[in-house]
Amino acid sequence: MKLTGYYFTHLKEIVTEEYPENRSTLKMMDRFRGEVLIQHDEKNEHRCTGCQACEIACPNGTIKIITKQEIQADGKKKKRLEAFVYHLDMCTLCNLCIVSCPSDAIVMGQNFEHSVYDKKQLKKILNNPGSKLMEGVEE
Amino acid sequence: MLLEQNHITKEGEFVINMGPQHPATHGVLHLKVWLDGETIKKVEPHLGYIHRSIEKMCERLSYRQFIFTTSRMDYLSAHINNQACALVVEKALQLEVPPRAKAIRIIMAELTRLASHQLWWACMGLDLGAVTPFFYAFREREAINEIWEETCGARLTQNYIVPGGVMMDTHPNFRKRVKDVMKQIKDKAHEYEELLTGNVIFQERLKGVGYLSREDAISYGCTGPTARASGINSDIRKLFPYDGYEQIKFDEVLNSGGDCWARYLVRIEEMKQSVSIIEQLIDIIPEGDFQVKTKNVIKLPKGDFYQRVETARGELGVYIVSDGAASPYRCKFRSPNLSNLSAIPKIAEGAKIGDLVAIMATVDLVIPDIDR
Repeated sequence: MKLTGYYFTHLKEIVTEEYPENRSTLKMMDRFRGEVLIQHDEKNEHRCTGCQACEIACPNGTIKIITKQEIQADGKKKKRLEAFVYHLDMCTLCNLCIVSCPSDAIVMGQNFEHSVYDKKQLKKILNNPGSKLMEGVEE
Repeated sequence: MLLEQNHITKEGEFVINMGPQHPATHGVLHLKVWLDGETIKKVEPHLGYIHRSIEKMCERLSYRQFIFTTSRMDYLSAHINNQACALVVEKALQLEVPPRAKAIRIIMAELTRLASHQLWWACMGLDLGAVTPFFYAFREREAINEIWEETCGARLTQNYIVPGGVMMDTHPNFRKRVKDVMKQIKDKAHEYEELLTGNVIFQERLKGVGYLSREDAISYGCTGPTARASGINSDIRKLFPYDGYEQIKFDEVLNSGGDCWARYLVRIEEMKQSVSIIEQLIDIIPEGDFQVKTKNVIKLPKGDFYQRVETARGELGVYIVSDGAASPYRCKFRSPNLSNLSAIPKIAEGAKIGDLVAIMATVDLVIPDIDR
């Protein structure tokens, strides 16, 4: 009773967390693993070469890389990323894909509120429409 | 034969099912209890409600991938499970882990032990009818979870310890945050004493209840705090040191009581030991690499490899048979909880039904580890 009385009169020593009331001020840790994302710069360019290292590293088959052959300016055909399909519903956020990526294209996002009404909404294509590979990544 | 056992002979005898959705079993454990009035005649655990076939799954995963599944066995000792798997791969490859990684691993493992025992303490109070301790224990556990969130990126299933070291270097705030938490735990230790340890009603519920003799503990294969409360030296950190535990000064907590109270005291004392281990290491984490380079595809040589570690609940053994391929031919986990559970029918014999809750609480089972 003494202890309960102490905390009853010392309200500043908060024992519990205030989620979801603190949602507007809540800041997750910078390494927090919430979801996989592809980083795009302001020119809508990403660093993913479509090498499929993450697809191989993933233990659950969460990632599916779809590539296409693209004709370059010099007339040569090269493999390019068409769609980075990510199944969030199967992902265990183990970070193995991020570690395996040779070109640092993918990162972990901080969003953790993934509840949706339909499972289909958890299947995402991570590369923006019309985005292309950043120059100098492939070398 | 089975029918004969199930037969109820006298008036006042009956069979009840405790679980699989009973709050005191902390998961989906199903205990079939034969009662004579309030006295327990026999207990029979029924398993299989949370079987996920982790051992079979491991046979299809590579040596980097199979570690994440073990976080989901004993989820309260996730780091230590990962460590066991990393160690067995390193043993097979004869890899030397950098000293920095070793120190980080030990700190993480002891933080896990602390967090696990705190959750046990919280739930123990809850099981025996005290709701308040839950919130105080969770306050400290939350602080430890924040350390993991900052350094590992996840709070429960971290997948941080990988073959060759640890996945990422520690966060710049790591040292300060760990020190703050250790200070907080030491400052608040008196609350734990006041709320439960010094509580007469609580002591009465535990003292002399659920006696497990030394001989029985050995024959049932009990390990961890359950065995140490019966006076058995079973600390793997002392007996078969790994990852540099041999250089650290700490005591193996023993108690010869054998009852629920002894098991309670052992765990409380183990928390203090864990704090002392972390405090020894936190200022002298060596500089250098946090991971040694491994090949892209890890292939173990032919043969079988075994590694044991001390989790918060006892001895976890990982046994891998390799045929030289990139994934294990057979992977077997020796989980501490299954052996500890097997002793429960013996401990509970002759006890009252209310005491079964206290026995379950002090043995501290994690059900996903039993079923895997």
